[in-house]
Amino acid sequence: MVKEKEERQPMPPVGTWAPAVALGWLIPGGGHFLLKRSGRGTLLLVSITAMFLFGLMMRGSLFEPQTGDLLTTLINTGGFIGDLCAGVLYLLARMFGYASADVAGPDFLIHTPPVHDYGTKFLVTAGLLNLLAMVDAFEIAAGRKE
Amino acid sequence: MPKMTLDHFEAAFLFALFTSVVLGVVTKNTDRDRLHYGVYTFACFLIALFGLGWLMYFGHG
Repeated sequence: MVKEKEERQPMPPVGTWAPAVALGWLIPGGGHFLLKRSGRGTLLLVSITAMFLFGLMMRGSLFEPQTGDLLTTLINTGGFIGDLCAGVLYLLARMFGYASADVAGPDFLIHTPPVHDYGTKFLVTAGLLNLLAMVDAFEIAAGRKE
Repeated sequence: MPKMTLDHFEAAFLFALFTSVVLGVVTKNTDRDRLHYGVYTFACFLIALFGLGWLMYFGHG
């Protein structure tokens, strides 16, 4: 069996990619706009923002980092990181005191529609999609991709 | 912020749409490949959505 070794590309200087990645985090698609990929930037901005707004309108929950058993730590801290990746959308939601649906109480599972849970997934996924957009902006800025 | 109530299908459809657009944009190198991959991903989401839906329907008895 022939093993093909992938050539390891050298890390480009931070100055070439950091502004695009930072702007990409703050504003979905912002890194692409900075790199003059406006069409792709617009698609990312619209899709990620719409997904986050749908999550808010469905009254999804924003995660808080928590420690405890492994599963609790993994879900809550991972979810928090996912939410945080949405950049300015997350910061604005926090700044304006966004409150999710009241999930307390014993009747929650019986009387509350699952739409809040869908909303929570939309919020986290919007952040994770923005993370993909940031990686793409990095690759473009580093010259590894068009 | 207005409140919105979507059923499972509507939420899954929107999820598939937005995710497919982003995956199409960030994955491939040419616009043609991006469009193809976005449509392909969206179709896969919908096939999985309907497939799993029917599977659960028949599995439930």
